[in-house]
This record gives sequence, C-alpha cells and structure tokens, in this order.
Amino acid sequence: MKRTLTIATGVAAAAMVASSAFAGTLDDVKSRGMLSCGVSTGLPGFSQPDDKNNWTGIDVDVCRAVAAAVLGDANKVSFKPLTAKERFTALQSGEIDMLSRNTTWTHTRDTSLGLNFAGVNYYDGQGFLVQKALGVKSALELNGASVCIQAGTTTELNLADYFRLNGMKYSSVVFDTSDQTREGFESGRCDILTSDQSQLYAIRSKMAKPGSAVVMPEVISKEPLGPVVRQGDDQWFNIVRWTLFAQINAEEMGVTSGNAAEMKNSKDPAKQRLLGTSGNAGEKLGLSEDWAFNAISQVGNYGEMFDRNVGPSTPLAISRGLNALWSNGGLQYAPPVR
Amino acid sequence: MADHTDQQPKTAIWNDPTFRAIVFQILAVVAIIYVFWTIFDNTLTNMDKRGITTGFKFLDNPAGFGILMTLIEYDETYSYGRTFFVGLMNTLLVSVIGVVFATALGFTLGVARLSNNWVISKLATIYVEVLRNIPLLLQIFFWYFAILLKNLPHPRESMNFNDSVFLNARGLYTPGPVPTDGFFVVWLAFGLGIMATVYLVRWAHKRQDEQGLQFPVFSSAVGLVIGLPLLAFFVMGMPMELDYPSLQGFNFQGGMRVIPELMALSWALSLYTAAFIAEIVRAGIQGVTHGQTEAAHAMGLRNAPTLRLVVIPQAMRIIIPPLTSQYLNLVKNSSLATAIGYPDLVAVFMGTTLNQTGQAVEVVGMTMAVYLIISLVISSFMNWWNKKMALVER
Repeated sequence: MKRTLTIATGVAAAAMVASSAFAGTLDDVKSRGMLSCGVSTGLPGFSQPDDKNNWTGIDVDVCRAVAAAVLGDANKVSFKPLTAKERFTALQSGEIDMLSRNTTWTHTRDTSLGLNFAGVNYYDGQGFLVQKALGVKSALELNGASVCIQAGTTTELNLADYFRLNGMKYSSVVFDTSDQTREGFESGRCDILTSDQSQLYAIRSKMAKPGSAVVMPEVISKEPLGPVVRQGDDQWFNIVRWTLFAQINAEEMGVTSGNAAEMKNSKDPAKQRLLGTSGNAGEKLGLSEDWAFNAISQVGNYGEMFDRNVGPSTPLAISRGLNALWSNGGLQYAPPVR
Repeated sequence: MADHTDQQPKTAIWNDPTFRAIVFQILAVVAIIYVFWTIFDNTLTNMDKRGITTGFKFLDNPAGFGILMTLIEYDETYSYGRTFFVGLMNTLLVSVIGVVFATALGFTLGVARLSNNWVISKLATIYVEVLRNIPLLLQIFFWYFAILLKNLPHPRESMNFNDSVFLNARGLYTPGPVPTDGFFVVWLAFGLGIMATVYLVRWAHKRQDEQGLQFPVFSSAVGLVIGLPLLAFFVMGMPMELDYPSLQGFNFQGGMRVIPELMALSWALSLYTAAFIAEIVRAGIQGVTHGQTEAAHAMGLRNAPTLRLVVIPQAMRIIIPPLTSQYLNLVKNSSLATAIGYPDLVAVFMGTTLNQTGQAVEVVGMTMAVYLIISLVISSFMNWWNKKMALVER
C-alpha cells in the first residue's frame, strides 16, 4: 500500500515538475552558462560540423551571435543536430533554447505549433536540378517527370502545387537524407531533383560529375529561413530577433567585426546606440549594454556571416541576390535601434 | 486442524488474505490507470498551454502532396486521413509479399540444409550464415542502390521484351488487363471454383477416413480454381483488353508498373527473413525423432511422402511459434522502407503528413497503434493455427 502510494506520488510529482520548466529562457541560459541551439545534421553553408565537431554555417553563426549577446562569448553554444522531423518537438519540449536550422517560416508552423519565428536570416526559394542530357530548358517542359525529394521539408507541397497549377504530372520518390536523394538522382532513378536553391548548389558540388546537371532558372516558392523560439517568452523572442537585427543594422552602418571597437567611439549617435556607448538598448532586453558589440565583434555583421559561409568565395558560391541589404536592392531590412 | 476450520475465524476483515489480495489488486489497477491518465492529461494540458494545436481534425484537411505508389485512389486533393490508408495499404502489400516469399524460400532452404546431397546442404548453410548476419538496412541499400539502380538503364534505353514488357530504372512495366463487359462471369467462376474446392477437400477427407480411398485432391483443386475461370473466360469471348505501356516524354505511361523500391524492399525482406525461417524449419524437422522416419520407411513410404505426411506435420508444432515471431519482425522491418523512398506508412504518414501538420503526438500515436494491431492480428491467427496443428489425440 505504502509502496504503491509512493510510486503514484513520485510519478505525479515528476509530471508536475516537467510542466513548470518554462518561460524565463534567458535565466535558464544564464544560469547554465551555455546556449543550447538546434541545428541541422549537416548542410554545407548552413550548419555543418567538421571532424573536430566545430560547427560552421550561417545558421550556426546566428546561434553564436545570440550566445555572444547573452553570455558575452560566442563559443558558449552547445549544438544539437536535429533531423527535420525532430526539430519542432525538441524546441517545444524545451530541449533546446532556440532552433536555427534552415527552417521555412510558414503560416501553419507559426500559428499551430506554439512557436514564433524571430526573423529571416536567409531568403531562399525552391528550384530544380535537372540532368543535362535531357535537354530541358524550362521547368514547364517537365510533364511526366520523376522527381527525387528529401523527406521532412516543405518542398513536397510546393512541388505538387507547381505541377498541378501548370497542368503537369509527376511521380515523386521521397528519400530520407540529402545523400540518398542525390544518389537516387545520380543513378537515373529521377529526371529532376528538387530542393531549396541554396541546397541544390551544395548537392551538385557533391556529385561525381557536377557538370552533368544544371540548376533551372525557375524558383517555384518562397522559403524565408530563420531562427525559431518558443511562443510565450517574449523577452527571449526579442533577444533573438534583435540580435539578428543588430547584425543587419551593423552591415548597413559599415560596422564590422574588425572595426567595431573603434566604432564604439564614433560620433554617429545611431552607432553609439547600437554599440552601447549611449542609450540603454541592452537594458531593455535584459542584457548588458555591450550585447550588440559582442555579437558583432565576435561573429560579425550580416554581410560577413553571409560571405564567410555561402558567399562567392565559398564552394557554394551564392550571390547576395534577395539577401542583399534593402539599400542594395535586396530584402534584408532591419528596424532601427533607438 | 479440521476443528479450527469449522469455526468462523474471529479475525478482522483486513487480516483476511482473500480480502487483502483483492484490495491490493484493485489498488494496483487504480494506480496504473492514474499514472497513464496523468501522463495523458499532462501532455494535453501542456500542449494547450504552449499553444500547440491538438486533436484529429487535421485528418480532414487536404494533403496536397503526391505519393509515388497508391493501391487505392489518391491524388493531391485527398485528405491527410487518406494518406494514412495509402501508406497502410503499401505497408500491408510489402508485408504480404515478404511473408509469402520468405516462407516458401525458408522452407526450401531449411529442408535443403538437411539434404544428403553435400553441395545442396553446404550451399544452404552458406546462404543462411551470410544473409542472417548482415544488417537488414545494409541489404536493402545493397539491392536498391548497388544492384537495381546501378544496373537498370534509363527509360530511353529500356530493356525491351517483345515490345510489351519494359524494364528500366523507373520500374518494370507490363501490359495491364482492362476488363470489358462480361468479365464478371470470370470472377463468378473463380468464386464457384473456390467453393467447390472447399467442398471437395472435405468430401475427400471423409471418404478417406471411412473407406481408405485416396482422391487426387490437388490436381482437381487446380482444375477448379484456375481451369473453371479460364473456361468462363474463353466461353465469354475473352472479355478483356490489354493496356500496353509506351514511352511518352520522360517515362512510360499506361500498363502496370512495379516500382524498383518495392522490388528492392520485398526482395531484401524475403531473403533476410528466409534465412531465419530456414533455421526454424531445420530445428523443427530435427526435433521429430528419427524413429518416426524409420517407421514410415518400414511401412513402405518413400522419402517425399515421409517428409510430407509424417515428419512435416509433427515438425509444424515446433515451427509455428517461432515462425510467428519472424512474421512479426518482417512486418515491423518493412518500416525501413523510408530509407529507399518506398511510400509505406512510416514514410508517408509519419514522414510527410507529420511534417506538414506538425501534430507529432497524434500521428506517431496512430502509427504505433497500427503496427500493434497488425502484429496482434498476425499473432492471434498464428495461435489459432498452432492450436489446430497441435497434437490431436484420438
């Protein structure tokens, strides 16, 4: 009798504890001294570990910038590699503090999963990789084609919509990982491979004969990728959102990791507010005044992040395009710090 | 002692062992229900608190994505609930194919391992030892990527058999039968043939029990089940047309098609499970004492009838229980389909549907329930069969 009761109370207590560990993500991160960030299991340019488990990529840098802003050290991040299927559950359950894993911001995800998208760190769009031998010039000539897709992405729905809209038929083969998808495409199981454009270049660079395939000019969807946090913790949401905004603002103002220290003494009031020389932007976020300075000096501004990971000098060789600053004809635009 | 038991013991009710046993059992059940209810309620409350959508309403929403192979009617406009059934049918298809081929091959190999022919028995041994000691996932990859996709040609260079059957990296294409008016008579004849066979088997058994006369049941059954529909088919003037596959654009259209993912998966599942079944069959046969064989030989039975009429029926009693486990394994292993893109329940429903709706708890729960139900159905059928095969004492 006694034992039964003990077990029952034990389970009940455990259940209650599980439900209360919520809100106050900032305090959790500070007391842990470590930011727990969900990333992909390996996607060149976005989040990829090397043989010493050092993570690099534009999604990884978003995590590092937040760690620098909150903890003052960009290296205080523990990266949790997640598959597409696991990512939202890991964030919902509190296993990670934020998710930065080439995740498309969609209506369903924003409204029904208890999550909030904090911004967009990469504007992507879905495209097609086609076998050169087929001699196809446009995606509209693909009626009846076989398509290789990677599971757990929004690509399947976009593909179906695109073919339906244009009155074309297709049959899709859905693989589990990026490498299997590429192998299916290379072996001739499919005529085309579809994915976000940024990934198509990465996949093509891994092929045995990269020259045998071409990326079609058509972009069939909008894929705004960005960091995600749990709903209901507005302070944490603001921190993640404004860290990214700070980096975009820094690029616009010409503040880089190299000159951030000098810029602190700049006469420009906007730079002073951003870097914490004047005003109390950090205090309003619950952070120290050098939050943005730490993020920019340790990780860099948005342009540096882009060039280092996916820009023209990297194997992916992606041009800024939509991801250029608004002042250069792109979409990256951040509200002012004041 | 006897005197004491006649009197009603004057102990308090909570000292009565029967009463205490019942109370403790009730308490245990209540505690278990409470634990599960707490977990369930806690999950729902927490998800609600965090603004996560719950419930099964999403099953009615349109799915919007395409599926490679569907046994029931499906396109992008059907609901998420429909994708569940599409995936389920594909899982059942590959499981049934796997069970049938694994059983046939397994029994053959099991008997072959006991053969007196040195070459045959050694070949069977090698097969079993190689196939059952390599992880199944690797075997699936091997058949799919290394054998099928590496060797099959592009659709434009298809292997062509008589301009009606084509084989390429997209699958095996054969002419598809399209029934025309009057084909129902053939189905009618088929049903009639099966009913007649059931009756015939019963009658032949009874006659043999009573008069000891044998009747060629097998050949008459073949005649009834296959011959009768064939006869009806020709009498009705062949009410069927063939739809031939033809190359249109990128791929073949029309006819029937077996996708390479299905080939590779059913292949790998059958070959792998057959190795285990072979060992079970061998153990079962060796579990029947040699005296049975000697007695059968002494009565003038040859090797084949001895095996079929004396050894196998007794061995089945040993074989069936572990065979059940192998069938269950095969069904569960079929979920590895997701690695090579075969659209089974896990790939379609727990993959794309889960990802699009984000309702992990509901989707995973439904998928687990399905595997549980399939497994329970198989094992209750096998238990029923086992009872039937058990030693009947006359």
